[in-house]
Amino acid sequence: MTMKIFIPRESTAVSLGAHDVAQAFTHYASHHDIDIKIIRNGSRGLFWLEPMIEIETAHGRMAYGPVASSDVESIMADITDNICHEKPPCHTLALGLTEEIGYLKKQTRLTFARAGIIDPVSLDDYLALDGFKGLQKSLALSTQEIVTAVVESGLRGRGGAAFPTGIKWQTVRDAVAEQKYIVCNADEGDSGTFADKLVMECDPFMLIEGMIIAGLAVGANQGYIYLRSEYPIADEILQQAIKIANEAGYLGDNICGSGKSFNLEVRLGAEAYICGEETALLESLEGKRGMVRFKPPLPALEGLFGKPTIVNNVLSLAAIPFIMSQGSQAYQQYGTNRSRGTLPFQLAGNVKQGGLIELPFGSSLQDLIDDFSGGTASNRPIKAIQVGGPLGAYLPVNKLDIPLDYEAFSQASAVLGHGGIVVFDDSVDMLEQARFSMEFCVVESCGKCTPCRIGSTRGVEVIDRIKNNERRAENMTLLNDLCDTMIDGSLCAMGSMTPIPVRSAYNDFPQDFYLPTQESNHD
Amino acid sequence: MKIEFSSPLSNVENIIDSLKNKEGALLPILHAIQKEVGYIAPQAIERIAIKLKQTPAEIHGVISFYHQFRTSPPAKYKIQICRAEACQSRGSRQLEVHAKNLLNIDYHQMTSDKKFSLDSVYCLGNCATGPNIRINDDLYGRISNEKFEQVLSNVDRELK
Repeated sequence: MTMKIFIPRESTAVSLGAHDVAQAFTHYASHHDIDIKIIRNGSRGLFWLEPMIEIETAHGRMAYGPVASSDVESIMADITDNICHEKPPCHTLALGLTEEIGYLKKQTRLTFARAGIIDPVSLDDYLALDGFKGLQKSLALSTQEIVTAVVESGLRGRGGAAFPTGIKWQTVRDAVAEQKYIVCNADEGDSGTFADKLVMECDPFMLIEGMIIAGLAVGANQGYIYLRSEYPIADEILQQAIKIANEAGYLGDNICGSGKSFNLEVRLGAEAYICGEETALLESLEGKRGMVRFKPPLPALEGLFGKPTIVNNVLSLAAIPFIMSQGSQAYQQYGTNRSRGTLPFQLAGNVKQGGLIELPFGSSLQDLIDDFSGGTASNRPIKAIQVGGPLGAYLPVNKLDIPLDYEAFSQASAVLGHGGIVVFDDSVDMLEQARFSMEFCVVESCGKCTPCRIGSTRGVEVIDRIKNNERRAENMTLLNDLCDTMIDGSLCAMGSMTPIPVRSAYNDFPQDFYLPTQESNHD
Repeated sequence: MKIEFSSPLSNVENIIDSLKNKEGALLPILHAIQKEVGYIAPQAIERIAIKLKQTPAEIHGVISFYHQFRTSPPAKYKIQICRAEACQSRGSRQLEVHAKNLLNIDYHQMTSDKKFSLDSVYCLGNCATGPNIRINDDLYGRISNEKFEQVLSNVDRELK
């Protein structure tokens, strides 16, 4: 009987040697005359276990990880000696049944239900697990019915701004124009985030389906995925999936025989963080410098090439097939307050067990860290956690009880954003992190607004003077003023949010700025 | 790698012609040329400008905006070290120092034999398994100082 072995082709697994592992299995099997079939699946998102390989058994898939090519021989021996004889595996890297791994079991995987299970470019795999059901249902609905379903799901933009997706769709639907566009923002540049990449590399048809439904809902027949060029594997997989979807009639001029059309193309960015900002992204798609536009007009009314355009994050569009196939209520029932559904959190940085954690909104950051991280990788105590990317606040350990929902974070002057969580141990110097935030803004500012373009450079200088004990008190005042200027005088989040991590660094870690600490301060 | 610009059938001309009718064709054209030639030469900028009915200054303005595009020949191996926060929390600041010392160059420089160049990058999306580097299109995770040397010597061996 053919032995089925799953080895991810996803970036993280590949960066840790998955291709070599796959080759070693092939080599071993051919030398020992064992009939194996290797399936290059996506990742389950348990990154500390990558490359994680799985063997199909009658009881489900059994996992091993992290596997190096030098482990292949002993793993194959374990499989043939134990698993093939219905005995439990005894290899040191054996993880048991994948579905029973606690890290996975504790999650609510709606968007990531198929990730790591399917071959990302197998249409049959996708169809077998509810694929294109949302599209089939949507084809039977009116455009308004689709938009209403999205409104009722409570889905909000997963890129960070959390704008209600259904409202955006309604605006584009109601706009009168001959040409409209669906643009997927796949310029996932925030440090600590990789959920978009995982969608594209593990379940690309889901994104394609979401975009087709968006096109149907608003009357757009052209879509673009603006993908950052740092993701070549996502590009390769998307290109394959789009080709397959075209050939199978899901894309093109006659979607599933409905007479409706939708075409989709991947466009690559070119290493510019600012192009994750939707108006800069549109400029870039038009073949220009990625300079931020003034709003209004909203992209929903005057977007790509001046036409009504939906610009949605990968995760927003990826949530659509579930909403349309299972119903708004099935999605809306998860979450808390005005944050409905699930958010795929991305646990990264100095942790033992980094990975993708899809949970309903509402549990606390502390619980997430306790339940999933396994502690810091360095075994030192946590000092700070940056949530929401490079423009998000650094939270000190006494503020980790904050609930993971959009409003709770914004009330705490913090950012939930795209759900990236980066953990730092006590060796981090928060003054250096604040300096880095300003430096990052220097490198990545589009240059349109002076407070962002020049202010960030001045910010680095001021922080250096504080560090070097040059008139510290006065320079702290200057830094605080500079933050105000950047907030008030910048068009987009780059300039106006860079002060968030900077301020959190000196407010919550005053000792690193040589300031009196809370205990010695009577305020 | 060398392109003869005088010939109307050169690769660059073909690339521009095959892509120029796309909506927002400039970035796809720049990517395709850089992939083929390694960089976007002044002659190529002129050809793009003529074919897209834009000025060379406009094309240059776009090239200079994006970190990825370059107008001079690259090193054989472009090494990028992720400087973003998640990698910092796992030791990328130390890795930067080590890499600069080992290669004896700073960021945005290349070794005198043009074998390696060193650049920073802000997030490779591999944030749970940092520090990360990229060499050309290949991503490497969990890069300790020792593993950095190992990866480089593997690449070096391939070169010989």
